[in-house]
Amino acid sequence: MATPIGFDARAWRPPPLVTSPLLRWGIGLGFALYLAVAVGTLEINWARVWEGLDRGWAFVLAFTEPDFTSRWRDISQGLLESLTMTVVSTVVGIAISIPIALGAARNLAPLPIYLLCRGIVAVSRSFQEVIIAIFFVAMFGFGPFAGFLTLSFATIGFLAKLLAEDIEDIERGQAEAVRATGASWLQWLVYGIQPQVMPRLIGLSLYRLDINFRESAVVGIVGAGGIGATLNTAFDRYEFDTAAAILLIIIGIVMAAEYSSSMIRARIQ
Amino acid sequence: MPLITRDDRMIWRRRATGRDLAVWAGWLVGTAIFVWSWQVISENTIWFFVSDSPRVAADIGSRMVPPAWDYLPALWKPLWDTINIATLGTLLALVMAVPVAFMAARNTTPSVLFLRPLALLIIVSSRSINSLIWALLLVAIAGPGVFAGIIAIALRSIGFVAKLLYEAIEEIDPLQVEAVRATGASEGQIISYAIVPQVMPAFAGISVFRWDINIRESTVLGLVGAGGIGLELQASLNVLAWPRVTVILLAIFATVLISEWVSARIRHAVI
Repeated sequence: MATPIGFDARAWRPPPLVTSPLLRWGIGLGFALYLAVAVGTLEINWARVWEGLDRGWAFVLAFTEPDFTSRWRDISQGLLESLTMTVVSTVVGIAISIPIALGAARNLAPLPIYLLCRGIVAVSRSFQEVIIAIFFVAMFGFGPFAGFLTLSFATIGFLAKLLAEDIEDIERGQAEAVRATGASWLQWLVYGIQPQVMPRLIGLSLYRLDINFRESAVVGIVGAGGIGATLNTAFDRYEFDTAAAILLIIIGIVMAAEYSSSMIRARIQ
Repeated sequence: MPLITRDDRMIWRRRATGRDLAVWAGWLVGTAIFVWSWQVISENTIWFFVSDSPRVAADIGSRMVPPAWDYLPALWKPLWDTINIATLGTLLALVMAVPVAFMAARNTTPSVLFLRPLALLIIVSSRSINSLIWALLLVAIAGPGVFAGIIAIALRSIGFVAKLLYEAIEEIDPLQVEAVRATGASEGQIISYAIVPQVMPAFAGISVFRWDINIRESTVLGLVGAGGIGLELQASLNVLAWPRVTVILLAIFATVLISEWVSARIRHAVI
C-alpha cells in the first residue's frame, strides 16, 4: 500500500463534526463566551440552597417510606379526576383532530382549508398546556372541566399534525385504485386512505393518552383539577411522605401505560 | 378472507363473526368507560361558570387589548433568565444522560442484570414527572429562583435524552464495532472510535430538539417560583394586569418561534 509522504498513522484524528475550522472555533468560542456570561448573571442564593440540602435528603428518605394512607381520600379523588380527564380529553381530542388532520393534509384539502387547519395546529402547539389551563380556569372556573378542555386542545395540535403528515405520506396507488372503481369521496376516504393510516393513528392515540395523563398531573397546579392539586398541597405543607406516595403512583401508572401501549402497538404494526 | 353464505350466495366480510363480536365488545367497553368518565367530570364541574364563560371570555379579551408595550423593557432580564434556565439545564442533563444511555443500551451496558434495569428506572422516573412538578419539588427544597429551574429542567431532560440516545446506540452497525475491536482496541477506544461517531449526529439532533422543548417549558416554570418569565406572568395574573399578560404571552410566543427556527436550522445542518 502506498503511504503518502509525511503521513504519520499516530497523528491521524477522526474527522470533526463541523468541517470548517473557522466556524468550528467560532462556535466553540461563542459558546464559551455565552456560558461565562450566563453563569455570571445567574442570581443564585447558595446559602439557601445549602440549607435546602437537609430538606432534599428528607425528601429522598421519604421515598423509602411513602405515606399512602393519611391523605388517601385526597389522593384517590385527585387520581380519579386525572384519569377521567385523561380518557375524556383523549377521546374528544382525537374526534376533533381527525377532521382537522384531513384538512391539514396537502394531498386532500384545497389551499384555503389547508391553511386554516395548519393555523389551528400551529396555535394549539405554540402555547404550553399550563398557560392554556390558566385561561380556561379563568373562563370556566376551577375543576376538571377546565383541565379536560386544556388537554383536548393540546391533543388537537399534536395528533392533527402527526396524522396529517402521515396522510401526506400515503401510497397514492392504493387510493387511486379505490377511486378508479367509481367510489364516492367518502368511500375513497374509508377504503383508500383510512386503512393506510389506521395503525399510525392507533399508535399516536395511545401515545397521546400517555402524555395526557402526565400533563393532567400538571394542570392541577393552576387549578384545573386532577392529582396536581393534591401534589401541590402536599409540597406546600412540606408533607414529603405524601408527595413521595403521589409521585410513586404517577410513575407506576405511566410505566404501566407505556408498557401496555408498546405491547398493543407491537401487535398492530 | 372470511366468507359467509347467505341465500346460497357467498358474501365477502372483512372479519369472521368471532372477530366481529370481539371488536364490537371492545367498542362497547370503550364507550362505557368514556361515558362514566364524563359523568365523573360533570359531577365535579360547576355548570353555572361554564354557561357564563362566553361573557367572561369577552370580558378578559376586552381587558387584554391594547397591550401594555411600555412593559416590554422590564421583560428582557426575565427572558434572559428563561433562556439560561433552558440552556444550562439542557447542558447539565446531557452530561448526566450520556452515561445513563450507555448503561441502558443493550450492546454497551456493563451488566444486563443490575446496571441496565437501574438505568431504565432512572429514565422512566425522569420522564414520567413533568418539569413543572420537578420545579415544585425543587422550590420546596432549595428555595425559589433560577437554580431550582435549572435543576428541574435538567432532571426532566435526562430521561428524554437518555431514552432517545440509548435507542440510537442500540441501532448502530455492529460491524464497525467488530472491525475496531479486531484491531486490538480497548473498550474505551471501541466506544470513542466505533460507537461515538455513529451516534454523534443523533446525539446532536436530540440535544437541540430537547433544548427547543426546554425553552418552551422554562417559560412556565416561574408559575411555581422557579425563575424566568413565568414569574412575571404569575405576578401580572395575580394583580389582574391583563394588558401586561398580553405582552408577556407575545414575548413567550416570539421566543418559542425563534428557538424553533434555530433548532430546525441546526438539526437540518447536522442530520
